[in-house]
Amino acid sequence: MATSPKLTINDLHVSIEEKEILKGIDLEINGGEIHAIMGPNGTGKSTLAQALMGHPRYEVTGGQVHLDGEDVLEMEVDERARKGLFLAMQYPSEINGVTNSDFLRSAINAKRGEGNEVSIMKFMKQLDKKMDQLGMDESFANRYLNEGFSGGEKKRNEILQLLMLEPRIAILDEVDSGLDIDALKVVANGVNSMRNPDTGFLIITHYQRLLNYIKPDYVHVVMQGRVVKSGGPELAERLEAEGYDWVKEELGIEDETVESQA
Amino acid sequence: MSIDMEQLFDRQAVTKLSQSQQEPKWMLEHRLKALEAASQLSLPKLQKTRIDHWNFTQFDPIRKEPAISSSRELPEEISRLISTDAGDAVFVQKNASPVFQSLPDTLASQGVIFTDISTAVREHEDLVKKYWMTAGGKADEHKLAALHTALVSGGAFLYVPRNVTVDLPFQALFWASGKGIGTFPYLLIVADNESELNVVANFVSDSESDAVINGAVEVFVGDQARVRIASLHTHGEQTTEVAYRRTVVGRDADLEWIVGDLNFGRTISDNTTHMKGSGSNARIKGITVGSGEERSNITSAVHHHGKATESDLVIRGVMKDQAQTILNGITKIEKGASQANGVQAEKVLMLSKEARGDANPILLIDENDVQAGHAASVGRVDPIQIFYLMSRGLSLREAERLVIFGFVSPVLDTIPFESLREQITHVIERKLG
Repeated sequence: MATSPKLTINDLHVSIEEKEILKGIDLEINGGEIHAIMGPNGTGKSTLAQALMGHPRYEVTGGQVHLDGEDVLEMEVDERARKGLFLAMQYPSEINGVTNSDFLRSAINAKRGEGNEVSIMKFMKQLDKKMDQLGMDESFANRYLNEGFSGGEKKRNEILQLLMLEPRIAILDEVDSGLDIDALKVVANGVNSMRNPDTGFLIITHYQRLLNYIKPDYVHVVMQGRVVKSGGPELAERLEAEGYDWVKEELGIEDETVESQA
Repeated sequence: MSIDMEQLFDRQAVTKLSQSQQEPKWMLEHRLKALEAASQLSLPKLQKTRIDHWNFTQFDPIRKEPAISSSRELPEEISRLISTDAGDAVFVQKNASPVFQSLPDTLASQGVIFTDISTAVREHEDLVKKYWMTAGGKADEHKLAALHTALVSGGAFLYVPRNVTVDLPFQALFWASGKGIGTFPYLLIVADNESELNVVANFVSDSESDAVINGAVEVFVGDQARVRIASLHTHGEQTTEVAYRRTVVGRDADLEWIVGDLNFGRTISDNTTHMKGSGSNARIKGITVGSGEERSNITSAVHHHGKATESDLVIRGVMKDQAQTILNGITKIEKGASQANGVQAEKVLMLSKEARGDANPILLIDENDVQAGHAASVGRVDPIQIFYLMSRGLSLREAERLVIFGFVSPVLDTIPFESLREQITHVIERKLG
């Protein structure tokens, strides 16, 4: 597609088991932009990521989401992915008996469609290159998908999928948690290598640290299931220096979470 | 039921069967003794599977079929299951009759025997008699075992002499065809000391057949011999199969057994391996996939008799629709089998709310200095796994397929014959729809 990607989220409401977590989120993400969603734990950040991808436990109770003008909420999970939405998960599943490379090739081919499958040679070359870029040992290609991977290995594997699948809109859900500084740099480099007008990013984190390596264009603070404050990269820096208390004070928020911890 | 039996299979009918196959007297006596036992004995008691309304006795037990001169005369659905190139060793039995067999001269000249049992017993009576129905199955165990012994017809005998290695797999195919029949296949395999051989056995029926198949495979693995055997069962929807597989493993011998219980009807699968010789090693793998109304009860047992014997039992079941399976695993370490090591794992994956599965691991240990372990699980496909795979663009169907094939991969991926692996994959895909 020649046009630049665009994800728009209007007044999104999401519940888990009848309990409302997101209470009206508005965002617009365009190709070439990096948006960071920040906020303390329990404010609904991950819920936003999961709901956008279509996680079965999350029920959208109101609002709209459009990708390139198409209604995302009407799509099945796989259709969202094939249209270019990607979610790097905080806790990726382990799938026994399915090798990383078989899985990746199936995913790439699902996107390319029948009759247009990637050649095995081309795929292997690309995989080698991207694994090299992420400092992943060759053996990962033939290991079962995420099975027995350490937390850091899982995160790298999510980024590997990101690099291989080249989505239009990439959502990264706390991809920095549990990473040491070297791994964090590797992950950030991976993301930065994909920074181009054909990809938009929504990066969810509660640490400023990641944003030292991935410079966001926009920063949004989520509390109580809403975006309560937006700004440029300087907002992230201030949050790092001063924490969230000043935001709460400014907005008169006492408890920033969605009622109890969600 | 015993009244039916006496009417259907009387002494005269069995005597006639035995005489028509020109069997020696000891074999006829063996049959008659079992026939008498069959009328007294009751059905086996299976855990959690009701079989009292299954048909085990209403059929024509001795339907003879004419021999064919070329495998080209076999219907495509049968012929595609075997390879009949020059150099292939093949045995095909249709209902009660061996209809096609071939053994390359290069093997025959080394003393390899691969033929129907009537011929084998005429030409090598002592050899057949030494092993005939002695692998630990007992004719008086219950009605079904006794019936098999009484009515066994056709059957194949495979013997590989001492120190002979045969790489290409021997192929045996037992084909139940038509309505209202019962078949009693028997495959007797003897690997003499230090021999090496591979066997692929197919048990099939026409899709419209309502056959009752009561069959046994007995395998004797000689000292330091190495046997790899796979048996694949794909009987049709209206069939009932009772399959016994008994193996005796000699000293320092190596056994690999792969069982594909992939019938579309009702299945009792009963497998026992006796680790008689010290230092022997067995890897036993089973896979069952059920759809529709299928029922299966699968017992896999390993008895360690010899010192330092090792066994590994890996069983996987996938159930969809209203299908049900019971997987029983038994690792028994007998007194004296010190330093034995027996492990087992049975796992069931259910794809629908109505599907049922049960995994029952049992360890019985009568010796001190041993190792044993078991694992069992019964569960459904994890919706979060499916979400994860679909979030990368895979359709629901493709995501489920990956999870299912991943689940059975500990069995499927280790099958040594590629054509068989493809065949099993094909059957699984057919069942999953």
